Amino acid sequence: MPIITYRDALNQALREEMRRDPSVFLMGEEVGVYQGAYKVSRGLLEEFGPGRVIDTPITELGFAGIGVGAAMAGLHPVIEFMTWNFALLAIDQIINSAAKMLYMSGGQVPIPIVFRGPGGSALQLAAQHSQAFESFYVHIPGLKVLAPATPADAKGLLKSAIRDGNPVVFIEGEMLYNTKGEVPDGEYAIPIGVAEVKREGTDVTLVAHSKMVGLALKAAEELAKDGVQAEVVDPRTLRPFDTPTIVASVKKTNRCVIVEEGWPVAGFGAQIADDIQREAFDWLDAPVLRVTAADVPLPYNKYLEKAAKPDVPKIVAAVNRVLYRT
Amino acid sequence: MPQSGTRTVAIPPTAPGTDAATMRKLLRDMQLLRRFEERCGEAYALGKIGGFCHLYIGQEAVAVGTMAALRPDDYVMASYREHGQALARGMTARAVMAELFGKAPGCSGGKGGSMHLFDASLNFLGGHGIVGGHIPLATGAAFAAKYRGSDQVSVVFFGEAAVNNGAFHEALNMAAVWKLPCIYICENNRYGMGTAMERASALYDVVQRACSYDMPAEVVDGMDVLAMRDAMWRATLRGRERKSPTLLEVRTYRFMGHSMSDPIHGHYRTKDEVEQQKSRDPIVIFGAKLREQGMLDDETWQAIEAEVNDEVEDAIKFADEAPEPDLATLTADVTKES
Repeated sequence: MPIITYRDALNQALREEMRRDPSVFLMGEEVGVYQGAYKVSRGLLEEFGPGRVIDTPITELGFAGIGVGAAMAGLHPVIEFMTWNFALLAIDQIINSAAKMLYMSGGQVPIPIVFRGPGGSALQLAAQHSQAFESFYVHIPGLKVLAPATPADAKGLLKSAIRDGNPVVFIEGEMLYNTKGEVPDGEYAIPIGVAEVKREGTDVTLVAHSKMVGLALKAAEELAKDGVQAEVVDPRTLRPFDTPTIVASVKKTNRCVIVEEGWPVAGFGAQIADDIQREAFDWLDAPVLRVTAADVPLPYNKYLEKAAKPDVPKIVAAVNRVLYRT
Repeated sequence: MPQSGTRTVAIPPTAPGTDAATMRKLLRDMQLLRRFEERCGEAYALGKIGGFCHLYIGQEAVAVGTMAALRPDDYVMASYREHGQALARGMTARAVMAELFGKAPGCSGGKGGSMHLFDASLNFLGGHGIVGGHIPLATGAAFAAKYRGSDQVSVVFFGEAAVNNGAFHEALNMAAVWKLPCIYICENNRYGMGTAMERASALYDVVQRACSYDMPAEVVDGMDVLAMRDAMWRATLRGRERKSPTLLEVRTYRFMGHSMSDPIHGHYRTKDEVEQQKSRDPIVIFGAKLREQGMLDDETWQAIEAEVNDEVEDAIKFADEAPEPDLATLTADVTKES
C-alpha cells in the first residue's frame, strides 16, 4: 500500500471527487494560484482551471455564504478556510444558513457542502491561531463533523463528506499535514459515523480524535511498558457519534480517559462522558476522566504553551488515576 | 494592473408587455398582497399566526414589479419580510397562509413560519431571518448559474439597514470581481426597525455604495410598479447578457410597524409622516394611472377586489382547517438521508 502524507491524501480525495462530479468545486483563500496555504490544493488549479478552483478575497463570511448559496442552487462546493480560527467570521453562514436550510424549508432545500481546513494548535501561534472548535459545531443539529487522524482516514472521510449531501464540517489537523501513513490505492471511502479502534487493549479506553490520537497511541506505548494495555478508540466522526463502539470498549476495559485538544468547559469530551455514564454505568470501575487544554487562551511562550496543551504525561497521569495507581 | 471596468450608460430599455390585461394583472397582484397582509394582521391579533410577523403593506410595487421581469428559472431570495415576494413569485395564498398558521400543507411544512417561506419548484429559496445574511446566499446562486453556463439571474431583496453590514459588502464585492448575474434589490423603506437611515449610515443614498464595487446601479421609485419592472428588466438584461450584477436602490415605505409587535409610529417616526407617505400608496397611484389610460373602470376594479378577497378568504379558511404537522415530522429533515 502506498505511504503518503495526510496533505497528499486530502489532495487525492479532492482531485478524485472533482474528476467524478463536475458540480464539485473548491473555493477559498489562496487555494489556486498560491496552491493552498498548506498546499492541500497543489496542482488542482492546473487540472481543473480557475472556474473550479476559485481564489477568494479575505472574506470568510462572504465566500462561505456564496458556497451555501451555490449548494442551494445544486452545486457541491468545498469551501476551504485557511484555518478554522478564521471561520468564526463565517459561523453565521455555517449555523444559520447551512445547518438550518433543509429543516426550515420543510425538506425542500438540501445543502451539500463541505467546509474544511486545519484546526487546533500548531506551535507558538498564540491565542487567535491555536483553537480547536469541534465543540462549537458538534452542538448544532443539521451539521456533520469529521476530524480525521490519519492519511487514510483523511482521504476516505473527505470523499464521503463531499458525497454526503449535507453540510459537513471537516476539521483537519494543522500539525498532521506532514504525517505519513498507508493509504489504499484507488477508489475507497470511509463511512461517516463509524469509529475505529486504533489500538486494542484491555485495561483502559482512551478516546481521542485528530491530533490527539497520536498522543494517545504514544501514551499507550508508555503504559504498555508498565504492563497497562490501553485501547485507543478514534471516533473519526464527532457528529453523528458512534456511541456503540465507544461503549463496547468501555464495557471491556471498565475505565475511560477522554483526550481532547479543546477547552474543558462544555467541551466535546463532556458529551462523551455523558454517553458513557448513561450507557455503561454498571461497567465503570472509576470516574471517566478528561484530558483537555488548560482553561486559558493559548499563550505564545513555548513553556507556557506546552503547559496548556494535552500531552503524553498528562494522559498517562489520568490513566494512572482511573487505575487507582497513584 | 488592470483598470476597473467602465460602466456603460445606454438608453434605458423598458420591459415588454404594456397591454391592458398585463397592466390589470399587475394591479391585481398588488391588491392580492395588500389584502393578504391586512388579513394576516387580523389573524395575528387573533393568535392564529405566531412568532414574528413582518407585513409588507406599502411596498407591494417592489415585489410585483420585480417578479414581472423574471423568468421561472431565475432564483429569488428575500429577507424575513417576504410574504409579498412569495405571493408575487407565484406561491398560492393557501400555501403561504397555511405556513403562517404553522400548518402541515404550508409551503415549508409548518416548520419555517413567516420568516422562512420556501418553494423550491419556483426557485423561491427563502425567507431568511438574519439581516444581510442571505445576500451572500443569493450571490452563490448567481455563481451557480454562471458556473453551469446558464443565463439565469439571481435576485435578492433586503432592507436599507442591511447595507451597513459586512455580508452586503463582501457579497457585492465578489459579485463585481467575478461578474456574477445577481440583482441586489435594496428596499429602502427608511427605517431599520426603529432606526432611521440617517442615524445608521454615513451615506444617505444607498445607490452610492455601488461605486465601491464599480457596479451598475439605479435609484427606483418603489411606489411605481412599472418603474420597478423596467429597472428590473434592465438589470436582467445586464445579468443575462453581460453577467453583470446590479444594485437597485428602491425608495419605498412601510405603512405598518416593523413587525406586528411594533407600533406603526411613535418615537422614531411621526403619524404625520406615515400619513403623508400613504399618499404615495402604490396601488392607488397605479389604479389612477390605469383609469387615466382607459384600462380600468369602477366595475373592473370592483371585480378585482372581489376576486382577491375571495382568494384570501379561501386561504384563511384553508389554513384554519388544515391539519397540524404530524409530531413525527419534528425530527425529519434535520439532515438528508445519504
